[in-house]
Amino acid sequence: MLLTKEQALARSTHSVGGPNETFVLNLGPQHPATHGVLRVKLTMDGEFIQRAEPVCGYIHRMHEKMGENRNYSQFLPNTSRLDYLSAMQYTHAWVGVVEKACKIEVPERAEYIRVITSELNRIASHLVGWGAWVMDLGGFTPILYAFDDREKILDLLEGICGARLTFCYYRFGGVVNDVDAAFLQGTKDFVPYMRERMKMYKKLVTGNIILRKRIEGIGMISQDMCRRYGACGPVLRGSGIQHDVRRAEPYSIYHKFDYEIPVYHECDSMARYLVRMDEIEQSLRIIEQALATFPEGPFVNPKVPKFVKVPAGDYTYATEAARGRFMVRLVADGSDTPYRVKLRTPCLANLSLFEEACAGMLLPDALAFMGSLDLVIPDIDR
Amino acid sequence: MSSSPTAEQLHAEFAALYPPAPVAEKPAPAPEPAPVAPAATPDASGAPVAPAPKPAAPKAPVGPILQTEPPFGATAVDFAARGFHLDLSIPAADVVSVAERLYRHEFSLDTMTGVDWMKLNQMEVVYDFVHFTTNLHVVVRCRVPRDNPELATISSVFQGALWHERETHDFFGIRFLGHPNLVPFLLPEDATYHPLRKDFAGASD
Amino acid sequence: MSAFLEILGQEPYWSFVRIGLFLVGIASFVGANAAYLVWVERKTAAYVQRRPGPMEVGYQGLLQPIADAFKLFAKQVLVPPGADAILFRLAPVLIMTSAMLSFVAIPYGTYLSPTNIDLGLLAVFAFASINVMALMLGAWASRNKFAIISSARVVSQNIAYEIPMLLTIVTIVMMSGSMNLGEIVTKQGGWFWHWNLFQLQHNPLMPLSFLTFYICMLAETNRAPFDMAESESELVAGAFTEYAGMSFGVFFMAEYANIVIGCSLATVLFLGGWNTGLGSLFSSAPAWAGSLIGLAAFFAKLYALIFTVIWIRWTFPRTQFYGLLNLSWKILIPVSLVTLWVTSFLLKVI
Repeated sequence: MLLTKEQALARSTHSVGGPNETFVLNLGPQHPATHGVLRVKLTMDGEFIQRAEPVCGYIHRMHEKMGENRNYSQFLPNTSRLDYLSAMQYTHAWVGVVEKACKIEVPERAEYIRVITSELNRIASHLVGWGAWVMDLGGFTPILYAFDDREKILDLLEGICGARLTFCYYRFGGVVNDVDAAFLQGTKDFVPYMRERMKMYKKLVTGNIILRKRIEGIGMISQDMCRRYGACGPVLRGSGIQHDVRRAEPYSIYHKFDYEIPVYHECDSMARYLVRMDEIEQSLRIIEQALATFPEGPFVNPKVPKFVKVPAGDYTYATEAARGRFMVRLVADGSDTPYRVKLRTPCLANLSLFEEACAGMLLPDALAFMGSLDLVIPDIDR
Repeated sequence: MSSSPTAEQLHAEFAALYPPAPVAEKPAPAPEPAPVAPAATPDASGAPVAPAPKPAAPKAPVGPILQTEPPFGATAVDFAARGFHLDLSIPAADVVSVAERLYRHEFSLDTMTGVDWMKLNQMEVVYDFVHFTTNLHVVVRCRVPRDNPELATISSVFQGALWHERETHDFFGIRFLGHPNLVPFLLPEDATYHPLRKDFAGASD
Repeated sequence: MSAFLEILGQEPYWSFVRIGLFLVGIASFVGANAAYLVWVERKTAAYVQRRPGPMEVGYQGLLQPIADAFKLFAKQVLVPPGADAILFRLAPVLIMTSAMLSFVAIPYGTYLSPTNIDLGLLAVFAFASINVMALMLGAWASRNKFAIISSARVVSQNIAYEIPMLLTIVTIVMMSGSMNLGEIVTKQGGWFWHWNLFQLQHNPLMPLSFLTFYICMLAETNRAPFDMAESESELVAGAFTEYAGMSFGVFFMAEYANIVIGCSLATVLFLGGWNTGLGSLFSSAPAWAGSLIGLAAFFAKLYALIFTVIWIRWTFPRTQFYGLLNLSWKILIPVSLVTLWVTSFLLKVI
């Protein structure tokens, strides 16, 4: 049942003290469920939320200004610090936009490496998002299981690029290091391992009646709402819109692989949960196929100049990050520094619908709903 | 009007509304063609639509882009080269009607931002619209005078713009008329500076 | 000296001495128990989550509770500005007092009960319900919005869950014909099928009653998945948000004391208390040995129950608050009413 804002508000005014007896509750910026420094100013009527106004900017770093002050390669590490949980896809967007603008060829092997690392990163990110969300719901154990699996991914990625969180592995025209046999073997072993684990998670968490009661029918997001707010990623696909940047605006070599875009039509938090769980499986499929046809060859285009100069113009490049569509809009003036960098981040769009969606909700439901958006606050604040 | 238009239909619709006449009138060899990649010939698969007014100029010097306006009206763009399908340059007064039109076409507001063209004494507001089923990416841009950057809000059509407009106001000082709550979004609540203006010299506090 | 002891050994002095001894014993038991239940909880959680848990202080972290106690004692008890300082400080005392007093009526063995009150069951419940009031008091006095939400939740939760709990207990009282906890245990002597849990001839739904009681016990002690009072990640730390240092520590201890009381009651009412359930296997043992065996049986059942409480906490997510109330009003209360009717019917007819 989808409530309009008015209906939801009307429902929330069944209070004993009358509609005017509200109080303001500051959720955050140090609240345990906001995972970072998000603050939500809640106007509460008892435990019902009348108005939820997210207040952002506590971890604002002005990455876009930094982009105007440093050259193209120097800005690359910045992009991995937006959504620190899916750094690979973010750096992919930045190298992608520069490669597109400068017409830099990327060797096939490099593209394969990018796809594999991006998908590994996506799994790691979904695992954290899943674990943290279940922790918000009061289940403390799954996050440690998730971190256990994520640890395996991080070890693999650390082996090839040295970083464990803010990966800066991609370069214009390829990647910085070639992958070794240990990485390929480790990834190959990881796929069946993760499949086994997913079975266990399904039994342990997905089927749990308490969890289902907590998130089924909670946080309805209609398709129209998705459009009005530009929702993306699993939030969008949980509302029945089969849109994935990997399919919609094909980049890299995603068109070579056979994978599905999970979509659920329930529009509730459970749908978003299931989308993420299915996406892990689809990412595993992509990794499996990429490993099977992994080509030999150079891992980076040797002809890329050290200081890239992007021809004047404006370019956009979007990637499907773990939380949704990440787009870079680059306005170049032909010099070696960008004229303007706009970073379109998924969490900002997904959080912007929070206010409308959770009017009239109960506080614990709103937190369950917030978990379903899988927010990373530095991604919103940039 | 179908709600899921193809790139051609959309281009035709907007070209009728905003005929790209001013560009055609301009002398061809001029370095005007503006924010267009120099080598962006529509060769790859993308939007094989109306001949985009893009003379393939050699290496663009640093200057021109900062001094020219984009071609007015609807321009089909090579997706493979630039990452979007339709570039729509419209007068600032029309943003709301164009947003409504795109909303009727079931477009989604992807993002919006500003660009400071200081040398032209202009501010550009760029809207990105994405269609979830046809996967079209439309860029709408309009220019406002830099001394008095004012523009109607589209937040009545796309509520997602509420935050994007606040952010653009933070960074550029562009005022969105009719915005219900145009207070700093990412900057401190008492911020009076606009860091993405090209003449920004640093916040005093 | 011996004359003095002789006087003490006579009634009515002996009763006072006995209560005094038990109070000291209980105080130390509650303290040590809470401290080491925390350790057990942390170790169990660690086992469930496949990590080592506390390892640094002592062998397997066995001295960790002591280190924690020192830490808590060393911290200042801060009273937030604007809070009602008296009530704020009173709440931890009150919650601990009620928990301690509940122990007075619980029998641990034939000779091991602080007082033999005829209305022991009632006394335990009377004291246990002060627990809620203390939580509400502390939450309300701390002048924190999260705490106040939590206090409102705690009250409605406890009201909701006391009803099915008492209804279940009424069935037990009807079967035993007594509210004296010692007598209830004595009636369950002999083999384990004499335990109330297996008295299916009086109440075929007895296992369901036990489950109801157990769920209510979890809810009454504010344990996961019903930890609405604390519900961290929703209400920060709920009622305890503003409490620091040992005042928080006392709440923490009281929580574990309440778990022990709840599980003790479950043991006494359903699982035969100190009865081993092995017939007359140990009847030839001397009285002191019999007492010890009884005590061991009691604690074995008690800690098995406590372990399940911990196990549940680390397995399930928290319920939604209205889900919690629905569970009580729509499921548990009807179920316990049905068991009550069935039991009274069977008792009258047979």
